[in-house]
Amino acid sequence: MFTLEYVIEMNNIRKEFPGIVANDNITLQVKQGEIHALLGENGAGKSTLMNVLFGLYQPEKGEIRVRGEKVAITDPNVATECGIGMVHQHFMLIEKFTVTENIILGKEPKKGTTINLRKAEKDVAEISERYGLKVDPRSKIEDISVGMQQRVEILKTLYRGANILIFDEPTAALTPQEIKELIQIMKNLIKEGKSIILITHKLKEIMQVCDRCTVIRRGEGIGTVNVSEMTESTLAEMMVGREISFEVEKKEAKPTNPVLTIKDLIVEDIRRVNVVNKLNLEVKAGEILGVAGVDGNGQTELIEAITGLRSLKSGTISVSGQDISGYKPRRVTESGVGHIPQDRHKHGLVLDFTVGENILLQTYYQKPYTSKGILNYTKMYDKSRGLIEEYDVRTPNEKTFARALSGGNQQKAIIAREIDRSPELLIAAQPTRGLDVGAIEFIHRKLVEEREKGRAVLLVSLELDEVLNLSDRIAVIYNGEIVDILDTKDTDEKELGLLMAGGKRDVGDVQ
Amino acid sequence: MIGNVLKSKLFGITIPLIAIGFGFLAGAVIMLLSGHNPITGYVALFQGVFGEIYYFGETLQRMTPLIFSGLAVAFALRTGLLNIGVEGQLIVGWFASVFVGIVVEAPMIIHLPLAMAAGAIAGALWGFVPGLLKAKFEVHEVIVTIMMNYIALHIVNHFIRNNLLASGQRTDFINSSASLSSEYLAALTDFSRLHWGFLIAIISCVIMWFILWKTTKGFELRAVGFNKNASSYAGMNVNFNIILSMSVSGAFAGVGGAMLGLGTYQYANILPAFTSYGFDGIAVALLGGSTSIGIFLAAFLFGGLKEGANNMQAAAGVAPELVEIIIALIIFFVASSYLVRWIYTKLQFKKEGK
Ligand SMILES: Nc1ncnc2c1ncn2[C@@H]1O[C@H](COP(=O)(O)OP(=O)(O)OP(=O)(O)O)[C@@H](O)[C@H]1O
Ligand SMILES: [Mg+2]
Repeated sequence: MFTLEYVIEMNNIRKEFPGIVANDNITLQVKQGEIHALLGENGAGKSTLMNVLFGLYQPEKGEIRVRGEKVAITDPNVATECGIGMVHQHFMLIEKFTVTENIILGKEPKKGTTINLRKAEKDVAEISERYGLKVDPRSKIEDISVGMQQRVEILKTLYRGANILIFDEPTAALTPQEIKELIQIMKNLIKEGKSIILITHKLKEIMQVCDRCTVIRRGEGIGTVNVSEMTESTLAEMMVGREISFEVEKKEAKPTNPVLTIKDLIVEDIRRVNVVNKLNLEVKAGEILGVAGVDGNGQTELIEAITGLRSLKSGTISVSGQDISGYKPRRVTESGVGHIPQDRHKHGLVLDFTVGENILLQTYYQKPYTSKGILNYTKMYDKSRGLIEEYDVRTPNEKTFARALSGGNQQKAIIAREIDRSPELLIAAQPTRGLDVGAIEFIHRKLVEEREKGRAVLLVSLELDEVLNLSDRIAVIYNGEIVDILDTKDTDEKELGLLMAGGKRDVGDVQ
Repeated sequence: MIGNVLKSKLFGITIPLIAIGFGFLAGAVIMLLSGHNPITGYVALFQGVFGEIYYFGETLQRMTPLIFSGLAVAFALRTGLLNIGVEGQLIVGWFASVFVGIVVEAPMIIHLPLAMAAGAIAGALWGFVPGLLKAKFEVHEVIVTIMMNYIALHIVNHFIRNNLLASGQRTDFINSSASLSSEYLAALTDFSRLHWGFLIAIISCVIMWFILWKTTKGFELRAVGFNKNASSYAGMNVNFNIILSMSVSGAFAGVGGAMLGLGTYQYANILPAFTSYGFDGIAVALLGGSTSIGIFLAAFLFGGLKEGANNMQAAAGVAPELVEIIIALIIFFVASSYLVRWIYTKLQFKKEGK
């Protein structure tokens, strides 16, 4: 049979937004049956390019060919007809609907005039079996894990007959275990004759599964390479245009007096289950303490309790000797606590506010931004302009809506806001989620700088690499308890993995 | 994407304009179908607003309470709350201002502000209750405000019937020291009922703009409206802001009621049904994109349509209900702006394709 070399060709694509050229003469060619990586810094234009392919944006210039045939993808329906499916960076599911309902939405099998739910469930089960995508067809979206929500998104595209799948940063929100599963799923999809375009900032993943990689930088195509001929550092260099160090350079920590002291903390979730269970923890000035653990072992609730977003059942939390248990978020912040939240869209940003407004979200009510109840926007925007510059937030200007920023640049805006106040205690939850390697390097350096200034940093991350790289000490959380605290020098990934799974290092070693 | 297009200022005006265009177009079709000449009809409508200075004064008078109900709806909407209770808040505001206007004897400089404040406070109270229930018990404000409308209607009717009834279905006239009516404005407009309230409405537009866009509280209210989680993360008191927003919204509505009581009518009467000013406020806010200027213009449009309908019937024989249909259609088109947006992007695409 005659086979074409490329299933997708995007030739010389140009896409502009007010004040910015997001894609400038980019060419992307995807072969049948390959996993093709799309790599570039935050705001380089990856999501934009894929949105063009999926028909959400219309390019100013350039042509798209699907299996050699030139097509005008005017909207996502056309893309679907061409066999293109997309799993977005931020999911697009209806929370109150079941898995099956979400999958069939807009393409429901009918029985007369009603939806044939039985057939739908059968169809869904069949596809999910075939590709090894485990889902529970009758659960509501709001009740299932992020990993499963993503599988629903994938099923949605497969149900519509997609042959070419676009994954926009699918692993950013996943736990390491879920990532492993996703990689297996992608391999299965390729085996079934699909082609995949994968956007990710994790070079390890590219090395692991991708065949070829197209790199873009600030909207321009840099080139396409065979992954087998590259290493992580050559890829990084190609993408950023300079050498990147993956190791964090830092001197020996000199911790002094305790800043955060948590005693016998118990926190309940909505079902009144103790998710944080008699937890004790201390973070000293001048150290970075990393919390390692499998997702769902109480990390989120612990942070929410410290920051005042969730009430405690018992126990005390104090910062620099001041008991802050039960304080409202504003008072916690004013007691010297900064917080980079793990979910930037839920807690970190008001997407319909400008970047400048978001950067001042913790301090807008203070002098000089507010006086006598009136906001001084000039001062606000002056301040935010400085921070945008310093933290390299790539945005046309400070009055752009946060919604229009690329995911990574949204994160940088939050980090600028929280680190700039240089709080006594900085809580960083997944601070580099969705950031490119260059930005990660920068943020890590900033966190170390805070430590050097004598601040206490509490780092909570699902990524062991990050925890190992950055922390001076590592606390392992399991079932809402700190099961062990280790010196980073004396431990490794393997040992941490074991502890995180509930195994004890050495009986008698822990109190 | 769509969000980007929506955000651009130009587009913010385009949707209402397209909607208005469609509304009038549909009105023309209806006139044709019912055997009228749409051109004659619309000319009569236009003259019914601009043809005589009296009509114009009446139009401004008509739009005054609409501005207030529009502001009330918009203010709550900015905090993410749907205040369907503007109608009830307006009714209690009307009654409270008239009550103070009748019972109190004082020089105008005290009496008039007092009567208006009474209207504002009554309205604010009527907004406070649903705000409180929402903040404390998460009862949806739409349900509570709808019920509060009925409570307002019947309580006010009860008080008028049993305590204040003067002649027929209405109370006494208010003391002239509490009246907004203006001989100057009346003389200027050939003795229409235009009163000082119109100026107060304009000032209120400025006040809402100022609160929302210039003050620290406004920043918080808008933040809460967009994202409650991020707002409480940033240390804002979400519940307090919800209550505050509903109260301020109610106060706007209450002053709107005072416009009717102290300005247009100078009395309150037993209401056989809702005044519909409150519900029209939803339409005004929607068409005006919840902005002060937009609300002013939308109120002018709706006030003008309602005023012009009289002349349209007199001069062109078109039933005045037609303007109600046009208003409904405009709202329909704004509400289904998704459709308009879709057409807009298609047009845009065609243009680019050339
Ligand atoms: N809807 C929009 N309106 C205006 N500008 C936009 C819009 N979407 C994206 N941009 C701009 O286009 C540029 C490219 O954004 P894009 O989202 O494609 O980046 P990305 O490569 O996906 O980055 P990330 O890795 O951070 O997700 C950015 O500068 C962004 O601010
Ligand atoms: Mg992106």
